[in-house]
Amino acid sequence: MEIIKTTHLTKVYSNNGLEVKAVNHIDLSIEEGEFTAIVGPSGSGKTTLLNMIGGLDDSTEGTVKIAGTNINSLSENELIDFRLKNIGFVFQAYNLIPVLTAKENVEFIMLLQGLSEKERKQRSEELLNHVGLTDKLDSRPNQLSGGEQQRVAVARALASKPSFILADEPTANLDSHSTSTLLDMMAEMNEKEKVTFLFSTHDQRVIDKARRVITIEDGKIIKDERR
Amino acid sequence: MKTTIKIAWRNIWRTPMRSFLVIGSIVMGIWAGIFVIAFSYGLNKQRTLSSIKNSISHIQIHHPEYDKDYDSKYFLENPDLIKTELETNANIKAFAFRSLLNGMISSPVKSNGVRIIGINKNQEKEVTGIHSGLVEGNYFESKRKNQILIGEALSKKLKVKLRSKIVLTFQDTDNNIVAGAFRVCGIFKTQYTKYDEGTVFIQNSDLQRLIKSKEFHQVALLCNSLDDVDSTYHSLKTNLNDYEVKDWKTISPELAYADEIMETWLFLIMIIIMLALIFGIINTMLMAVFERRRELGMLMAIGMNKSKVFFLILTETFFLSLIGAPMGMFLGALTIKLTSETGINLAIVGEGLQSVGLGNIIYPVIETKFYIFIGVMVFIFTLIAAIYPSRKALKLKPTEAIRTI
Ligand SMILES: Nc1ncnc2c1ncn2[C@@H]1O[C@H](COP(=O)(O)OP(=O)(O)OP(=O)(O)O)[C@@H](O)[C@H]1O
Ligand SMILES: [Mg+2]
Repeated sequence: MEIIKTTHLTKVYSNNGLEVKAVNHIDLSIEEGEFTAIVGPSGSGKTTLLNMIGGLDDSTEGTVKIAGTNINSLSENELIDFRLKNIGFVFQAYNLIPVLTAKENVEFIMLLQGLSEKERKQRSEELLNHVGLTDKLDSRPNQLSGGEQQRVAVARALASKPSFILADEPTANLDSHSTSTLLDMMAEMNEKEKVTFLFSTHDQRVIDKARRVITIEDGKIIKDERR
Repeated sequence: MKTTIKIAWRNIWRTPMRSFLVIGSIVMGIWAGIFVIAFSYGLNKQRTLSSIKNSISHIQIHHPEYDKDYDSKYFLENPDLIKTELETNANIKAFAFRSLLNGMISSPVKSNGVRIIGINKNQEKEVTGIHSGLVEGNYFESKRKNQILIGEALSKKLKVKLRSKIVLTFQDTDNNIVAGAFRVCGIFKTQYTKYDEGTVFIQNSDLQRLIKSKEFHQVALLCNSLDDVDSTYHSLKTNLNDYEVKDWKTISPELAYADEIMETWLFLIMIIIMLALIFGIINTMLMAVFERRRELGMLMAIGMNKSKVFFLILTETFFLSLIGAPMGMFLGALTIKLTSETGINLAIVGEGLQSVGLGNIIYPVIETKFYIFIGVMVFIFTLIAAIYPSRKALKLKPTEAIRTI
């Protein structure tokens, strides 16, 4: 099943009358269960593309369809609700609520979705277990390493049972050990539970683990390879 | 909801110093406001009490026509009946019969119009405080006839001293001009300079000899306490319906209304204090929103909707004032409790206050309605204060908030 479909997706920024086509007519289709990396040099448009797919940014032209819904037609509030139900986010940094523990952070998104306390508790523990943080349930983000924080972020993204997980350079702030732990964990979830991942990266080791690698340059797809 | 409150609570303690400062300013502001209110009421009460003590007493009885032109022909027709009535009323502590005449006082240098109050020295002592307000001389102690008490201000004006001779001139009931020579036996000073300048006291016995009749124009009486005034007033009004009975509020309406007039100002002062506090709160919350724009952007990105974000900032704002306001009120109440027992001595500025009729010791008092008013105001103003920062938070775009790493 096709989860993400973009058609002629374009984003033009104008800086002092100077137009920058950050994303230039991108047609992209992502199937359920894919593990895709978007790669490209800095300024090539990775973040801009992912933000539009994630409904965080408007497109100048073209459309984004997520699981059949054209998200360009949603109002701002509908879009927030749509993100909550359909997309799991992992950012490069500032992922977690600093005043909540790891477990509370994971529970928070389920709370927004209106799940019962029992479900929240059970699922958050299960997920944190899964990402190897059984003994860090009650730690606050500032008591966790960067890698552990990103793993909590992945657990939170999964907690909402989204259609796919969107991650913009999730490993950019991590050392190589944490990077491989996080990636192995994501790959395992993709394999075992068929969770769809779409992430951007600079990191060759991350690229090596991807099953599909889309390379963009100057806002255009120049290569799309599956392995 | 529960979690939002938990997050809000923890958030305000992320910058403890800043939160303490804003909470502290709320505490101080409300504390100061409550104290100013209580102090002002205390001041008014003191003014009322000293007026009652020095001149007007609690209740006065006159001839029903007396008020029209204060003419001495309107004397009390059956003083014995009044006396019996007053003596049988248990709420009445003391009463004094007075003769009131308008006349002239003349010294060798100058003359001045005065109100001559003829008193029974023993009765008067129980009702007003003139005897204790003497700065020179004594309170009719000498057995000699025609002694007079005059105010300090008047003595300066007439350039007379203790034991100086002065002449009083006035009309009797039949419009004959009567004059008598008096000797100054005492000089008094009340808290009203104007009163001191225009009032003299002589003894009824001397007055009656001069006008050759026994006429009283006024009975002034004191109840056991201010709380007894209302009931005593009503019972006297029915039992002595041939006379005009007035309580202190009617005699001196400016005293009674002073509280009401002041109330408006006090409410205004409170609002001004709150406005100042609001700016502190708004500033703090704007800083908090600005510092946390990435975090708030992330929350909106992952699916926290606008009303929830709004509610979060609103809750944080409320925590600041809901911690501060009760503490301020508590401190205010405590201060009032302590000072209302001991009083606040204003001896240092006492001179200035005397000319407007104030005593030196102020006992702060406050009505419960002010606490309610403050509570409601804090709520409303906090709501207003919360709106701007909350709206700022809503305007954050997740992309911009997250991008600027
Ligand atoms: N808010 C903006 N206003 C103007 N231009 C922007 C804005 N955001 C991005 N751009 C421009 O759009 C282009 C693509 O930026 P984008 O952040 O998508 O690249 P990227 O591939 O994510 O880069 P990096 O690897 O450094 O994160 C760049 O030229 C950038 O300068
Ligand atoms: Mg980027």
